[in-house]
Amino acid sequence: MKPNTWKLALAGALAVVAMTALAWAAESSGVGTEAAAQLAAAGAKSALPWWAWPGILLVFCFILGIIAVLAGVGGGVLFVPLVSGFFPFHLDFVRGAGLLVALAGALAAGPGLLKRNLASLRLALPVALIASSCAIVGAFLGLALPTNVVQICLGSTIIFIAALLLFSKNTARPVVTKQDAIGLALGIHGAYIEPASGEIVEWKTHRTLWGLLLFILIGIMAGMFGLGAGWANVPVLNLMMGVPLKVAVGTSKFLLSITDTSAAWVYLNQGCVIPLMAIPSIVGLMAGSFVGVRILAVAKPSFIRYMVIGVLLFSGVKALLKGLGI
Amino acid sequence: MTPNTNAPKEQLVYAEILFYGCWTGIVIMIVTYFLYVSGLINPHVSMELVTKYWSLPVHDYLVENNVPIGWGWLNLITKGDFINFIGIALLAGLTILCFIYLTFAYYKQKDMKFAIISFLEVLTLCLAASGIIGGGAH
Repeated sequence: MKPNTWKLALAGALAVVAMTALAWAAESSGVGTEAAAQLAAAGAKSALPWWAWPGILLVFCFILGIIAVLAGVGGGVLFVPLVSGFFPFHLDFVRGAGLLVALAGALAAGPGLLKRNLASLRLALPVALIASSCAIVGAFLGLALPTNVVQICLGSTIIFIAALLLFSKNTARPVVTKQDAIGLALGIHGAYIEPASGEIVEWKTHRTLWGLLLFILIGIMAGMFGLGAGWANVPVLNLMMGVPLKVAVGTSKFLLSITDTSAAWVYLNQGCVIPLMAIPSIVGLMAGSFVGVRILAVAKPSFIRYMVIGVLLFSGVKALLKGLGI
Repeated sequence: MTPNTNAPKEQLVYAEILFYGCWTGIVIMIVTYFLYVSGLINPHVSMELVTKYWSLPVHDYLVENNVPIGWGWLNLITKGDFINFIGIALLAGLTILCFIYLTFAYYKQKDMKFAIISFLEVLTLCLAASGIIGGGAH
C-alpha cells in the first residue's frame, strides 16, 4: 500500500472514532430528539398511497444500479446513504435492505467470477472467516447504538469512502517479491489468463497478517452500516496484500456474499427486513446492474465516477448533519 | 512448468451451487412479492400500517405491528408479507450450504487447514442465522 493511502486510511479511521465519541457526547447531552420526532410523525399517514413506494424504489434502485456499475462501486454503498437520506424509512430498515441488496448482487456475480478464477477461494476463505464473524459484531453494534450515533458514523464513513475513491490509486499488478509465511502456509496464490493479451498472470500475497487484521475493521463496518464493503476490500487485497487488481475486485465481490450473509441474518432475525421496500430495492438494483454492464462498454466512466464521489460526499454530509440534529 | 489457470474443482462446484440457488431464490422472491402486493394472499401487517410505521426504529415497528423476531416468521408463512421470507432466507442460507460442501471437499483432499476454516465458517454463519445471539435492537 502506498504511504499516502496509508495516511488517508489512518486519518479516516481516526475521524470515524472521533465522530463516534462526539456523537456519544451529543447523545448524552440530549441533542438527539429524533425518536420523539419520529413517534410524532408516525401518527400521520404517508401522503403517497402504499403502492407508489415500491414503484418509486424500483425505479430509483434501477438507476442506482446503473450508476454503481459505471462508477465501479457496490450497490450498498450508494443505497444506504441515499435511501436513508431521501426516503421515509428508518435507518434500521434501510441497513437491512442495503445488506440484502449487496448480498443478492454478490451472489449473482459469484459463479462467473469463481469459474473464471477471478475470485479465489483460497484467498477468500481465511479473510471471510474473520470478516463475517466481525460483521455479526458490527450488526449488533449498529442495532444497539442510538440511531443518531449510527447516522454520524455512517456519514463520516461515507465521506471517508468518497475521499478513498478520489485519492487511492490501485495497482493493476503489484510486485510481490517474496510471499510471507502465512500466505505460504495457507497456499494463497493462483494464476489467471489476461483476456486482452492472453498472458498468464501468476500472483501470491505478502503482508497477509496485516491484511487479515484489517478485515476485522472491515467486517465490523460492513455489519454496522449495511454497506457491503467492496470499497474497503479492494484496497486491502490489492495495495496491502499485493493481489492483482482483477483478482482483488473479483474476490472482493465474492467475499461480500459471505460477509453480508452473516450480517444479513442478524438484521433478518431482529426484524429489520420489510419485504414491501426490500424486494423492489433488490430487484431494481440487480436489473440496473445488468443494464449498467452493457452501458459500460460505450460510456465514459470517469465522469460518472466523479459524479458518484460528489453524490457520496453530499449524502455523507447529509447523514452527518442528520445525526448531529442540525 | 506452466501454471494452472483453471479454477479448482471445489471452486467450480461452489459456483454451480451458488448459480442455481441464487436464481431460484430471486425467482421465488419475485413470485411471492407479486402474490403479496397483488393482494392474492392477505398480509399479517396491512400495507397502510407498514407505510405508517416504517419510519420508526425497528423495536417500535415490531411492537406496533405485532411482528415476531427470529424465526417467528415461519409461524406466519401463509401470510402475504411473510411468504416473502422464503426467497430471502434461501439467498441468505446459500453460503452456509456452500461451506458445508467445502468442509467435506477439503476434508476429502486432506487439506485440513481449509477444512477447519470452512467448518468454522459454517458455525459462524449458523450462529448468526440461529438468532441465538440476540442484540438490543433499539
